[in-house]
Amino acid sequence: MLRFIATVIRREFLLAFRRPADLISVLFFFIIASSLFPLGVWPHVDTWRRLAPGALWVSALLATLLSLPHLFADDYRDGTLEQLVLGAYPLAFAVFGKLVAHWLVFGVSLALLAPVFAFQFDLPGHALWTLFLSLLVGTPALSSLGAIGAALALGLRGGRVLLSLLVLPLYIPVLIFGAAAVEAALAGIGANAGLSFLAALSLAGMFFTPPLIAAALHITME
Amino acid sequence: MTEKPRSHLSVLNLSCRRGETKLFGALSFDLGAGESLHVCGANGSGKTTLLRFLSALSFPDDGEIFWNGRSIGHALCDYRSRLAYLGHRDAIKEELTPIENLKLAALLSGEDFDPESARGALKRLGVPDGDAIFCRRLSQGQKRRVALARLSLLDRPLWILDEPCAALDPTAAGEVASMIDAHLSSGGLAVVASPSEDAFPHARKLRLSASC
Repeated sequence: MLRFIATVIRREFLLAFRRPADLISVLFFFIIASSLFPLGVWPHVDTWRRLAPGALWVSALLATLLSLPHLFADDYRDGTLEQLVLGAYPLAFAVFGKLVAHWLVFGVSLALLAPVFAFQFDLPGHALWTLFLSLLVGTPALSSLGAIGAALALGLRGGRVLLSLLVLPLYIPVLIFGAAAVEAALAGIGANAGLSFLAALSLAGMFFTPPLIAAALHITME
Repeated sequence: MTEKPRSHLSVLNLSCRRGETKLFGALSFDLGAGESLHVCGANGSGKTTLLRFLSALSFPDDGEIFWNGRSIGHALCDYRSRLAYLGHRDAIKEELTPIENLKLAALLSGEDFDPESARGALKRLGVPDGDAIFCRRLSQGQKRRVALARLSLLDRPLWILDEPCAALDPTAAGEVASMIDAHLSSGGLAVVASPSEDAFPHARKLRLSASC
């Protein structure tokens, strides 16, 4: 079973590597979206720090949202999703592998990139470290909650707009705890509470959503 | 390899309606090891629907499907890992080479991958350069051949093929027919849908018509 999941992860890596435009466009979206916030409040330099946690986390949410349509749509279109259903293990295991790969490709890249572009908000070093950690432990929740929406909106006309409407409300708790963790680091109080909540959301998401996502995919394929 | 248990597929009173119209009703048949069934009928007569029922990708309104005497609803996962399905879509990743496609398909089906036999299967079906070209560059018919090579590599007793010869030239279509024969003679089963009546002369025929 571990070998099966590892194969799914390897497959997703190979496909992401052969199709780098997906990742690059998501990362550039994050860079541009997060750069708009300082420009919008340009004269008030003192507000930048207060704006930073929310702005960076909202940019990361939107960037993740941009990556979701590819999660199942390509496999659905070319028929490989049907073959995954007929694989050696139930579809939920393949979905779990896809979520892990999605996190490693998009979530970890965003977490690595965010501190670099957080410099424009004049954040101190320890807040950058917390920002990195919060994105690292928070993005699995973004991948797994988003995948529910991606599976439900699969194959629908105008599915992308529906996907945003379905997924963004689910992202609210992640946003609150993620931004609060960075805020706490800025204020000099410990960020551990926020990070622990994010980790809990991510673990719950990664382990409880794959069966739901698999059920949604089965319904779409019928 | 150990002696394979004899496989048996039987279908009892299967029916399907699409809205108000009845596609087919009270469909029953038995298929034993080494036997094949050719599902023919006009476009829209329910061939693909029937094949998707048989591959447990969707479920009928009425009737049951038994694999080795057990209803597939009770052992869905086990049944799904006994069959190989080739649908209208080839299930080929365009970003990968044919060999990479076959390797992933084999590993995801829980089987070992032997690159030599994969190259052999591709060669038999006339796909050159198994690892020198991305599937994006292959023609529609060549992609179909890669998809057929996948079938021959998987060790699965029941083949469910939806118009396997679509987009293929006559030579490749002949190769498909002999592939199916080889599969049957090694104790496999095959259900093949194709609109042409005389495509598979050795197979039993099941004619679907919208009025039955």
